[in-house]
Amino acid sequence: MRLLEYESKEILKEKGIPTPFGRVISAIEKAPPFPVPCVLKAQVPAGARQKAGGVVIALNNEEFQYKTAQMLSGTVRGYRVNKILVEERIDVLEEFYMGIIYDTVAKSPVAIFSPQGGIDIEKLAQERPESVHKRHFSVRHGLLEYEAREIISLAGVGGKRLVALSNILALLASIFLENDATVAEINPVAQTRKGTVMALDCRLEIDDDALYRHTDIQRKSRDPDRTEGGREKSSFEEKAAEIDGLDQRGVAGRLIEFDGNLGLIIGGGGASLTAFDAVKRYGGRPANYCEIGGNPSVLKTKELTKHILSKPGVEKIAVIMNVVSNTRVDLMARGVIKGILETGRRPSETVAVFRVPGAWEKEGFKILSRYGVEYCDRTVSIDEAARRAVEKLGGSHPNRK
Amino acid sequence: MAILADQNTRIMVQGITGREAVSFTKDMIEYGSQVVAGVTPGKGGQDVHGVPVYDTVFQAVKKHGPEASVISVPPAMVKGAALEALFNGIRLVVIVAERVPRKDTVEILEVARSKGAVVIGPNTLGMINPHTVKIGMAGGPVENVKEAYMPGPVAIASRSGGMTTEIANLLTAHGIGQSTCISVGGDPVVGSNFLDLVPLFERDPETRAIVLFCEPGGVIEEQLCELVLSEGIRTPIVAFVAGRFVDEMPGVRFGHAATIVEGEKGSAAGKVAKFKAAGIHVAEELGDIVSILKGVL
Repeated sequence: MRLLEYESKEILKEKGIPTPFGRVISAIEKAPPFPVPCVLKAQVPAGARQKAGGVVIALNNEEFQYKTAQMLSGTVRGYRVNKILVEERIDVLEEFYMGIIYDTVAKSPVAIFSPQGGIDIEKLAQERPESVHKRHFSVRHGLLEYEAREIISLAGVGGKRLVALSNILALLASIFLENDATVAEINPVAQTRKGTVMALDCRLEIDDDALYRHTDIQRKSRDPDRTEGGREKSSFEEKAAEIDGLDQRGVAGRLIEFDGNLGLIIGGGGASLTAFDAVKRYGGRPANYCEIGGNPSVLKTKELTKHILSKPGVEKIAVIMNVVSNTRVDLMARGVIKGILETGRRPSETVAVFRVPGAWEKEGFKILSRYGVEYCDRTVSIDEAARRAVEKLGGSHPNRK
Repeated sequence: MAILADQNTRIMVQGITGREAVSFTKDMIEYGSQVVAGVTPGKGGQDVHGVPVYDTVFQAVKKHGPEASVISVPPAMVKGAALEALFNGIRLVVIVAERVPRKDTVEILEVARSKGAVVIGPNTLGMINPHTVKIGMAGGPVENVKEAYMPGPVAIASRSGGMTTEIANLLTAHGIGQSTCISVGGDPVVGSNFLDLVPLFERDPETRAIVLFCEPGGVIEEQLCELVLSEGIRTPIVAFVAGRFVDEMPGVRFGHAATIVEGEKGSAAGKVAKFKAAGIHVAEELGDIVSILKGVL
């Protein structure tokens, strides 16, 4: 979960990292909280806000009024703007980059520093790798102050700035570890004309799997304004999430909507990706993506089946999973059949293909044959099952090699 | 002996009295794995399918000398359990628990490195050396495992637990057996990723080819290409990259926590292109894995 800039800056301030003077507003106000010029920053959980019009300067009170009004009524990178961080304008002499992330190859936290701040670090690392300095550190001991100084001194920074910057980098590393962050980035950290070093922007992303030990942050994550990836869930997807919440048994409902005629009941994680690719490769048009797994209850499978069939334009459904060992084939079959019957359709005409081999398959296949549904055992591959499903819908397969 | 474990490996299960653990302990024993002890604090003295339960790893180690441990405890307790195993000398730790905080995983791996121990997972189904040993949940009940897996020369490493069995089943159906099959785990940071496993497979005399099941997200596949070239890996590798459609939907997370395309990083298309440049075979369809293997074996 990505914190908003002002939330991240509150954490920095608590730790003693200087930030510009600022205040958050959520409604149009007549005058800024301090003398103009000031900076207006849209508080949305996304990067590159400046390019998207999410960071603007107000030179006088009139500008302040209409620019805040404009910002609060619009969106930035797909997010509605509900809050604006109004900050004093800082006279910047020089900008630096610092960040902490996990290196998934070294399996260790890594501190990154560059004397070229303010721009995208990954781009910089590609174009000018010599200006990006990295150092791994122990997750148990944290980034020691001398280690922070070594990185910054290797980057060619000395004097008072070295001391100030390395202090901030070491503090950022403790913020990263203490808050279970997966990204902690200050870009830019600036040397001002007044001689101080401060964080002008900040990005903190907190590990969703660790939110249970940060209850204050967990509360923020329930804020409805934060949608994943700037892509709002459709009502079709939300209903599927509700179905998944009907009970705690297994997963049946992580659904993403597409605009096609073939409903998909697919799982688990890797096999869903495989099956979806295969349907597309054979020229099929999926109505949805989803992931089934962990032996979901008959109720959940039934409701999900009904839900997918209720989508306008869905002609048939394909049920495809990898060879299952935990999920029971018979329970899947019962859920799917029940769901179809409750919509008043005939299972034999509605199921384009049922390919779920594995645990309790004999019992499952018995149920399916009772309703005249064609099923596949483990000798039929996921690809072949997808091909048959597309063929039943009369789809062409132009991409067939 | 394939890699990491065999029929003589003494295995302990931490969290053995949990519902899932009770069930996979039975499956492991029936498959022939040597499950010598279980640990659940406060339940010492009980037994699960004849396996004695202890309060601490220390007691279990003293009495039975396990070498490997399967960790099946709630996410918040995984770090404690894994460190307990590592500090008591366990050399192979398989973490089947999901949703482990990333910091905890990294801390476990830091300690494991200092001890020279191997960690598989978190968020893994475990591993199977067909007809020899099964550690964790992979493959399910013994009759299912026997149907899907058979011994032979091909190693499998998969970012998806379910697809580990799916691919083994595909190979078995075509008469191609497996040496070691490992579900590496779906998290961004896991103890043994492709970069750790491919060199082990390369050194294993029984393994003559490697199948990798890959997903979008992360840079492990890209790094593997460099490793294959720099280390001169000679064992043929066949990669299947699932989730090609994910490239068109950057920022959306699919399935596993690690399956997300961010900017230009981690795309399926990028991985495929790098694989090809490094001489790694790319199977466009699952079935192609079989035909490619038949050509290289």
